[in-house]
Amino acid sequence: MARKTMIEAIRDAMDVAMGLDERVVVFGEDVGFFGGVFRCTQGLQAKYGKSRCFDAPINESGIVGAAIGMAAYGLKPCVEIQFADYMYPAYDQLTQEAARLRYRSNGDFTCPIVVRMPTGGGIFGGQTHSQSPEALFTHVSGLKTVVPSNPSDAKGLLIAAIEDPDPVIFLEPKRLYNGPFDGHHDKPITPWSKHDLGEVADGHYTVPLGKAVIRRPGNAVTVLAYGTMVYVAQAAAEETGIDAEVIDLRTLLPLDLDTIVESVKKTGRCVVVHEATLTSGFGAELMSLVQENCFYHLEAPVMRVAGWDTPYPHAQEWDYFPGPARVGRALIATMEA
Amino acid sequence: MAEAGKLRFHVPEPEVRPGGTPDFSNVPIPKAGSVPKPPIDVDPREIRDLAFSIIRVLDRAGEAVGPWAGMLSDEELLEGLRHMMTLRAFDARMQMAQRQGKTSFYMQHLGEEAVSCAFRRALDKGDMNFPTYRQAGLLIADDYPMVTMMNQIYSNEADPLKGRQLPIMYSSKEHGFFSISGNLATQYIQAVGWAMASAISGDTRIAAAWIGDGSTAESDFHSALVFASTYKAPVILNIVNNQWAISTFQGIARGGAGTFAARGLGFGIPALRVDGNDYLAVHAVAKWAAERARANLGPTLIEYVTYRAGAHSTSDDPSAYRPKAESEAWPLGDPVVRLKNHLIHRGVWSDERHAQAETEILETVITAQKEAESHGTLHAGGKPSIRDMFEGLYAEMPPHLKRQRQQAGI
Ligand SMILES: Cc1ncc(C[n+]2csc(CCOP(=O)(O)OP(=O)(O)O)c2C)c(N)n1
Repeated sequence: MARKTMIEAIRDAMDVAMGLDERVVVFGEDVGFFGGVFRCTQGLQAKYGKSRCFDAPINESGIVGAAIGMAAYGLKPCVEIQFADYMYPAYDQLTQEAARLRYRSNGDFTCPIVVRMPTGGGIFGGQTHSQSPEALFTHVSGLKTVVPSNPSDAKGLLIAAIEDPDPVIFLEPKRLYNGPFDGHHDKPITPWSKHDLGEVADGHYTVPLGKAVIRRPGNAVTVLAYGTMVYVAQAAAEETGIDAEVIDLRTLLPLDLDTIVESVKKTGRCVVVHEATLTSGFGAELMSLVQENCFYHLEAPVMRVAGWDTPYPHAQEWDYFPGPARVGRALIATMEA
Repeated sequence: MAEAGKLRFHVPEPEVRPGGTPDFSNVPIPKAGSVPKPPIDVDPREIRDLAFSIIRVLDRAGEAVGPWAGMLSDEELLEGLRHMMTLRAFDARMQMAQRQGKTSFYMQHLGEEAVSCAFRRALDKGDMNFPTYRQAGLLIADDYPMVTMMNQIYSNEADPLKGRQLPIMYSSKEHGFFSISGNLATQYIQAVGWAMASAISGDTRIAAAWIGDGSTAESDFHSALVFASTYKAPVILNIVNNQWAISTFQGIARGGAGTFAARGLGFGIPALRVDGNDYLAVHAVAKWAAERARANLGPTLIEYVTYRAGAHSTSDDPSAYRPKAESEAWPLGDPVVRLKNHLIHRGVWSDERHAQAETEILETVITAQKEAESHGTLHAGGKPSIRDMFEGLYAEMPPHLKRQRQQAGI
C-alpha cells in the first residue's frame, strides 16, 4: 500500500497486467522510450522490452486498427490515444470494428482491447485538449465505457478493463492526474499524496466494471457524476449545505442502474452533472433512466448541469467548466422546485 | 511550357462510356515470362520496375513460360481449375437465388476467380486472411463447406452468424478467413496488426490483407502501409485492381500516373504487379511474398491486375456507366479459360472433360443448395431466433440488454 498519483496508479495497473499476462501489449504515440506525454507508461518499455511496449506512428485509426488485429490474433492490447480529442480518426475502427467483431462473427473472433485516452478540461487545453466524448462511445453497442475519478479506482478499473474479454474505452480525466479538483481553480490543489483515495494497494486487484460507488452519502438529492465532476459535486454540496448524495458512476456502460434508482427513490430528487456538452450528452440518458425508473418518487424535475453546447474555449475556461457555483445553483433550484 | 492563368479543375474520366467501343490498347501488357524473378531477400530498391510491369506466366498459346513458371504440379493445377469453376458455379446459383427472392443480396467474383483461389494455395493452415467481400475463393480453395456459405447467404436457422450479417460477409477463424465487415479498408490495417502480433509472439504464421482498387483511397490503406513498413510486419498486402469501384473507374482512386503497386514504393515496401487472370502467376507471386514474410523480411505489396466482369453486386447495373462489351475486350482474358487451355496444352485435360466437370460441379452446387434451403431462406423456412439478436454482443450480457430482450418478449 502506498500513496500514488493517478498517473502512477495507471502505470502500476499496466505493469501488473503486463507482468501477469504476456499477451498484454502497450503502444501508442510517444508511449515507448519516452513513457508517454503524461508519463503513464514510463519505464514499461525498459522493463518489458520493445515488443511489449512501443512507439506508434501518429495514426489513431492505425493504432486502434492494429490493436483489433492483434486482439483477433489472441493478444490483449492496451493502447493509448494521446488525447480523447484525437480519437476521431479511430472512431470508425472503434465503432464499426472493435464494438461489433464478436457479434458479427458470432464469437469466432473477439476484441479484448483497452483504449486509454486522457479526457476532460480544466487545464486550459482549449478546443482539442479538453473534450469529453463519452456520449459518442456509450451510444455504440458493443463498447464498454469507463471513467475513473481517483488513483485507487483507476488502477483497479484499468486492470479489470485489460482482463475484460470485450473492448473498453478508458477515459482518464487528466485534470485529476496529479490531484483531485473541485473546480476552485484559484485555490492550490491538494496532491494525491494528501488524499485517502491516493492510497493504492500493491499488486493485482480489480474494481469491477459496471459498479457505481456512493462518494458522499446524503438524503436530500442524488447527484450523478463521474470523473472530475465527482469532486465538484461534493464541493457544491458542502458549500450549499445541501445534504446531497453524490454517486460516482465509474462505468457509464454497463451502467449501475440499481445504485442510481435506489438513491433517487430515497432522495426524490436528482441532478446530473458532466463536463461534456449538454445536448445529447450522457446526462440525457441518465435523466431518461431516472424518469423511467423513479417517476413516482420524484418530487422535482431532474436537472442537468453540463458544458455549454459550444466547442471548449480557451480564455473562457472557467465560464465553460461547470464549477461548484453552477452545480450549487442547480442543487438549490432542485430543492426549491 | 504551361502558362499561368486561370486554374482549371481536373476530374479523371474513363476513356470509354456506354455506347462507346471498349479500347484497352493503351494498357501495356508485357509478354508472359518477361519479368524476372528476384531472390526473396532482394533489396526493395532493386525491384522498383516490378511495380510498373505485370508478372505473367501463361502465354497466348496456353504455355507456362519464364522464371515464375513451374511451381505447381498437374494435380494442383487441376484442383485449382476445379476451385475456380466451383466459385463461378456457386456465384451463378447464388445470383439466381437472389433474383428469386431467396436472399436480399449477392456479389459475384466473375473474372476474378484466380486471385483468391490461387492465393489460398500459397498460404499455410493457420495463416490469416483479412478479406473483402470478393475473395470467397479463399474459402472454396480451403474446402470450406459450401452449404455453410449458403446458410450464411440465406440467413437461415443453420447460419453460423445467426442472421446478424449481410449475405457473403462470412467468418471462419478455422479456415483463416477473418470476419468480413461492411466498411471498406478497415481490415487492411487489422491484418497488419495480426501480423505484428504473430511476430511479437514469435510465431511462424503470417497474415494477408485484401483491398480493392477503389478502397485504396481510404485512410486505412495508408495506415496499413505505414504500420507494415515501420514494424516490418509479416503480411502480404493484396490489392485487387479490377478496374472498377461500383461505377467509379480506377483513375479516380489512383489519378493518372503510376500504378497501385507503386504506392508501396514510397513506404519502402517491395511491390509486385501480377496478371490477376493467370492462376499460375498469382500463385507464384503469392508464394514469393509468403516466403519473404516467413523469412522475417517483412511485407510485400501485390497488385492483381484483373477485370470485374460482372455487376458490382445484385443491386448494380454496369450498363449505366461502362460499355456492355468491355469485359470481352479485356486483354488478360478469362482466368478459367486460360487455365483450362494450359491444362489441355499440358495434355492432362480436354474440352470433353471440362464440359463434364462443369456438369458435375453444377450438380454439387445444386445438391448443397438443396441442403441449405432445407434449413430455410431469408423469407421462408427456418430462421435464427430473436434471442440471437441480443446474444453475443458482449461475452456476458449486460443488464440493459437483458431488460431489452425481455421487452422484446423473450
Ligand atoms: C467506408 C465505406 N464507404 C463506402 C462503401 C460503399 N461501397 C461498397 S463497395 C464499394 C466499392 C468498392 O470498390 P473496390 O474497392 O474497387 O472493390 P470491388 O467492389 O471492385 O471489389 C463502395 C463504395 C462502403 N461499403 N464502405
